[in-house]
Amino acid sequence: MAFESFSEFLAMGRHGVYVWSSFGIACACFIGLAIEDRVARARAIKRIQQQLRRENA
Amino acid sequence: MSRSWQWFHRWGSSPYVFRVGRRWQIGLGSIGATLLLIGWFWGLAIAPVDYQQGNSYRIIFLHVPVAFLAQSLYMGLAVAGVVLLVWKMKIADVAIQAGLPVGAVITFLALVTGAIWGKPTWGTYWVWDARLTSMLILLFLYLGAMALRPALPADVAGKAVALLVIVGVINIPIIKYSVEWWNTLHQGETLKLTERPAMPASMWMPLVVSILAFYCLAGYWVLKRLRTLLLVRESKASWAREYVEQHHGL
Repeated sequence: MAFESFSEFLAMGRHGVYVWSSFGIACACFIGLAIEDRVARARAIKRIQQQLRRENA
Repeated sequence: MSRSWQWFHRWGSSPYVFRVGRRWQIGLGSIGATLLLIGWFWGLAIAPVDYQQGNSYRIIFLHVPVAFLAQSLYMGLAVAGVVLLVWKMKIADVAIQAGLPVGAVITFLALVTGAIWGKPTWGTYWVWDARLTSMLILLFLYLGAMALRPALPADVAGKAVALLVIVGVINIPIIKYSVEWWNTLHQGETLKLTERPAMPASMWMPLVVSILAFYCLAGYWVLKRLRTLLLVRESKASWAREYVEQHHGL
């Protein structure tokens, strides 16, 4: 381990704000990608379900 | 028919790609996520501190993988563009449409993490040096190619996007050699395939793990979007209807 304690790990020797904001923005982007795909997929499935129901009716 | 042509035709078939792509998506996603957790924990908590840069250097475990991936993904999409234009393979068009937003997000991350790293290291978030500027152009290429599709009639949009992506490949060697051709604030290459890295193993090993993680995750993200796009584009096809009926009901 490069750090003595968890608070030192968070502080990153005065560079915490740079390190954690970088990794935080990255994680936010990955979550964004996942949500966008989820919404698009749900919309596509709903549309196909509506088509099928219309034809069965 | 020869084996290679069978392979070619299978991967040109949407239901096949949708079905087999799911297995690849799950495999790449789990391997990528595991490697990323290992690489980031190793890089953030275990790797030693840099004697010059202090702990800000740990941004490398994010910045270098996304910067590599931004360029590799672009090359991959250009290859898909050639496949579309030469062999008229429709799935290549879907792959480009799926990959462009992923590439844009990854390039954006390379620029943002570079800027954040630049502040404690160079004393500034941004300079108009050749490496940074050519990466910004890469972001504009991704965004431009994304914007082109909805602006054109459907029958030519795919081809036009592919052509733009292929022409933009000229920017990739400019990014790569920018640090050699011009006097840049950006440092030279971090890792070369032909040379031993300048940093100790305790630093480059977590970096290699993080890079591998991002390549797996890129495959996962692109496949996931590609499979969604297949459902959107082929909502009238019988395979898509059967899939929805079986897995999501009416």
